[in-house]
Amino acid sequence: MTISKLLIANRGEIASRIIRTARAMDITTVAVFSDPDAGLPFVLEADEAVRLPGSAPGETYLRAEALIAAAAATGADAVHPGYGFLSENAGFARAAAAAGLTFVGPSPEAIEAMGSKTAAKELMAAAGVPVLPGAVFDDGTEPDPAELRKAAEEIGFPVLVKAAYGGGGRGMRIVPGPDEIAGAVASARREAASAFGNGTVFLERFVESPRHIEVQILGDQAGTVVHLFERECSIQRRYQKIIEEAPSPAVSEDLRARLCRAAVAAGQAIGYVGAGTVEFVLDASGRFYFLEVNTRLQVEHPVTELITGLDLVRLQLEIAAGQPLPPQVTGAAFTGHAIEARLYAEDVPAGYLPVSGDLHTLEIDSSNGLRVDAGFASGTRVSTFYDSMLAKVIGYGPTRDDARRTLAAALSRARLHGVVTNRDLLVGILREPEFAAGAIDTGYLARHQPEELCPPSLDAGPVHLLAVALAGQALRRGEAPVLATLPSGWRNNPSAPQRVNYQLDGRPAEVSYRFGRDGLQAEVDGAEVGDVVLHGTRPARPAHDGPARMLVDLEIGGVRRLIWVTQAGRTFYVDSVLGHSVLAEADRFPDPAAAAQAGSLLAPMPGTVVRVEAAVGDHVEAGAVILAIEAMKMEHAIYAPAPGIVTELPISVGAQVDSGSVLAVLEEEPRD
Amino acid sequence: MPVLRSVVDTASGAYLANRAGQLAAIAALNEQLELARAGGGAKYAQRHRDRGRLLARERLELLVDRDSPLLELSSLAAWGTEFAVGASIVTCVGVVSGVECVLIAHDPTVRGGSMNPYTLRKNLRALEIARRNRLPVINLVESGGADLPTQSDLFVPAGRIFHDLTELSALGIPTIALVFGNSTAGGAYVPGMCDYSVLVDGQAKVFLGGPPLVKMATGEEADDEALGGADMHSRVSGLADHFATDELDCIRIGRQIVAELHWHKLGPAPSEPADPPLYDPDELLGIVSVDFRVPFDPREVLARVVDGSRFGEYKPRYGTSLVTGWASVHGYPVGVLANARGVLFSEEAKKASEFILLANQSDTPLIFLQNTTGYMVGTQYEQGGIIKDGAKMINAVTNSAVPHITVNMAASFGAGNYGMSGRAYDPRFMFAWANAKLAVMGAAQLAGVMSIVGRQSAEATGRHFDAEANEKRRAQIEGQIERESDAFFVSARLYDDGVIDPRDTRSVLGMTLSAAHSGPVEGRRGFGVFRM
Repeated sequence: MTISKLLIANRGEIASRIIRTARAMDITTVAVFSDPDAGLPFVLEADEAVRLPGSAPGETYLRAEALIAAAAATGADAVHPGYGFLSENAGFARAAAAAGLTFVGPSPEAIEAMGSKTAAKELMAAAGVPVLPGAVFDDGTEPDPAELRKAAEEIGFPVLVKAAYGGGGRGMRIVPGPDEIAGAVASARREAASAFGNGTVFLERFVESPRHIEVQILGDQAGTVVHLFERECSIQRRYQKIIEEAPSPAVSEDLRARLCRAAVAAGQAIGYVGAGTVEFVLDASGRFYFLEVNTRLQVEHPVTELITGLDLVRLQLEIAAGQPLPPQVTGAAFTGHAIEARLYAEDVPAGYLPVSGDLHTLEIDSSNGLRVDAGFASGTRVSTFYDSMLAKVIGYGPTRDDARRTLAAALSRARLHGVVTNRDLLVGILREPEFAAGAIDTGYLARHQPEELCPPSLDAGPVHLLAVALAGQALRRGEAPVLATLPSGWRNNPSAPQRVNYQLDGRPAEVSYRFGRDGLQAEVDGAEVGDVVLHGTRPARPAHDGPARMLVDLEIGGVRRLIWVTQAGRTFYVDSVLGHSVLAEADRFPDPAAAAQAGSLLAPMPGTVVRVEAAVGDHVEAGAVILAIEAMKMEHAIYAPAPGIVTELPISVGAQVDSGSVLAVLEEEPRD
Repeated sequence: MPVLRSVVDTASGAYLANRAGQLAAIAALNEQLELARAGGGAKYAQRHRDRGRLLARERLELLVDRDSPLLELSSLAAWGTEFAVGASIVTCVGVVSGVECVLIAHDPTVRGGSMNPYTLRKNLRALEIARRNRLPVINLVESGGADLPTQSDLFVPAGRIFHDLTELSALGIPTIALVFGNSTAGGAYVPGMCDYSVLVDGQAKVFLGGPPLVKMATGEEADDEALGGADMHSRVSGLADHFATDELDCIRIGRQIVAELHWHKLGPAPSEPADPPLYDPDELLGIVSVDFRVPFDPREVLARVVDGSRFGEYKPRYGTSLVTGWASVHGYPVGVLANARGVLFSEEAKKASEFILLANQSDTPLIFLQNTTGYMVGTQYEQGGIIKDGAKMINAVTNSAVPHITVNMAASFGAGNYGMSGRAYDPRFMFAWANAKLAVMGAAQLAGVMSIVGRQSAEATGRHFDAEANEKRRAQIEGQIERESDAFFVSARLYDDGVIDPRDTRSVLGMTLSAAHSGPVEGRRGFGVFRM
């Protein structure tokens, strides 16, 4: 059996990643894309693409029948599910098989066996894989409180209450003592039932400060199961991995042998075929326990690829085509160290709120040992509908320190414009001494607050402001329809310097400058900037039809720096060794008619309007809910800040709103 | 094109002495420019600001495109008179919404922006520049009207402002009035005559007669707003095309109006490389003699002014007291006539005439760099027909139709001033360097001539010639002429468009050439080029 045309039932970076390997294997690729994703790179990278009308995952990437129809329409003979979406859906695997498609993944039975965490745990315990002591409480009946208490005491506190069919931390509770157990189970059951349609929960010993270690396994159709060493994914926020590495700095040769043996045993126990991951927790004393099996390609697979030199997607496709594992896999070795960081469009200080908007620039300079798996490109748009991961950036080097430094350097210098990202947090972690020493566990981000990790930016303000003003000046001179070759701002009777006003971090700032016979005189917020020499401004318009870009070669006080200034509308993005700034140029002549209306309520984040509780003309009290928007499954109410009359309500239920859009306008009531 | 090679010795005594002298002249210029900028002084500026208003130059700086060059004209108007330097008005050539315009702003901090005879001449000169060069005009109006004690010198010629505004309109040259304050009585005709008018709410007052005058005339009780406020004029009389909520809004609307003109220049765009000269313009200060009696090589000047120091000399071996040739400035091709050794002989006059005819054949603007003491005198030269040859040159200069831009580098005496396209010959623009002199002849010669004439007259009529009194009188006349030859004195009377720092020459020429290309650039045709 061979695969000649592959449908990729996924989106973004993993779709691009799979296309890359498929192309190298002379497999024709078919992408599917939702409406918001129509502009993403993977759509055109694939040989063919099929539109899935709609936006929400339920209308698009989760519709098995639409995906199978797309395969039929394009004549695809195989389907790769990527990760997430339908990748661990046994029904989809079956439907694909029924449609004559080769499903690139394990059998539906293996997926099902691992789908229930409780069942998987029993299976693994039977196969001799170490598991945490625990107890299961089925969906059907309400558990007896006394029974619960007894079970929890047998396991030993603290006890973890977990949804059997859950993920992402939902339906999860940590219970410190016997008195709270009944309440915790009841609420976990409710949450699990509503989120996953199954209220089965289980109790398990809670391991404090564990490390998350997982082992990559591969099984072929001949029954061979091998491992490709471990990965460590202990740096997590809200139970989601953000930094992963291979190998783990906590795993010795001996421990590795035991971990990998257990993982292979786990794979063999379920007759695993394809690429899978066996997840463990590792406690401080070096004991490890089975957590779950992920029956798909992991997000973090590149770190394994970099240290083993293998292409996991290629191996997945070969296995799916019925080929045996090749000798370089059965005899795999690893060398060096790789660290992956997940770059998200999110507002870290606001509690990791996902962010959407126009991604003007996504530029990560290539360097030795750096791999970037990106789902977005400069000029694309980050929508509210899916995970907001922009790219995976992976550093590889002979040692962990090399990988760490390569990655930190690339991330800190990356030019990311248009949406806020978690870049500062990632760089902060990579440069933090405990992380550098490998002293990490899943509590790392609880111990180290983002404020501590994101270094207070150097005083880039004045330098960046001046650079932006000078770049703006150069852009204007470059576009001048007349007198373009005259000296900038030339005066025979100079009365005032050029003045430009900006907003920087929400504060107004003024830059003034003048090119005189004695050189460049400049002030920022009224303070003279000494010894300024503008060595040059070079336009560097990015290759695509993107924003204007200037490289400003600026010397201040004897220190010369190259400062990147990118302009999108009135917004300037500045990147230099001093850091990254976003500046908004104030309108020189604010149109009185365009001034923002007082009393406007603005969307705090992008999302969908789910409820509107007021109407135009309504009198509302302070604190009244006007409407609510949902973003990434969280509902945010918009309250009236003061009593007043609703005069405008330019939205309705179902409307998509961007951060900063006007949701409602309140007019303060006249006082008697 | 050949490239000029400089042979200036920047360490020589003459160079250093020239430099010191030029720097002193420039310092004196800067002192006067500072006075002009100060307008009515700190107290009146503060009072104006306290009323929430912008100063004239602040309005101009906001009106022009960011980072665009701005050329102020006639900054020294009224210098040395009873009136403030600058004559309570600011006139410029500046770029608004990508269009080169003439900008005329009253300075309300100087006696309420009232108009004196120098204000009038400066205003009319700006309008003339607009007409000759086809530049849209923007008036930034806030003036208390005429300086009444000087009404006899003002009233009759001041009508010309309104005449010229509507004549510009008839020529298709747009005129705009941005009214920031008083614009009353005669002043009301400025917005009245302009194609577009914008009035600032609560500030603009545009009426023929204010409340007291109306009360006197008809007994009617009326207030400023009802008689001439922005609201009334935009809703009722229709005099205002636009109602501006404040000064910034007014400037914004003014820029919008210019943008909507969809203006295009009729002259050709710059066609040559506009690379800077190979030599530092700062060295001009050491090159140009402080004493006009010491000649200097104008090629050294050109090497610091024209694009890439490129200069294709015409007739380099003939009439060598005048240098002629082709170059470009900020990409605009030009013909240059520059005095090399002060005196113009028949050869120089004929060479100049031919060169001017050639420039007219090729529609090439001309730049006159004056350093002349006049046409040669003496039997040999009179008999050689110096009058006829000088007349040829003056004829050619007069009837040349390409734009002329004249710069007095050091000296502009006698008919040399005429032949070298002085003010009476209508150059599009004319400037003088800070140390330059201009008069019918040098002060010492003039005093000496008068002394000789006096002695001859006494001898002829048999009167006693009082040598001592004559010497006193000679010295007095020399002093007077010396003062009146000064660049500031000349510029104060609007006999040029400003005194400039020599180092700004390239920029000034670039701006004025570009302005001249707003209109068509076409030479005079009809006869072939006479070989003289």
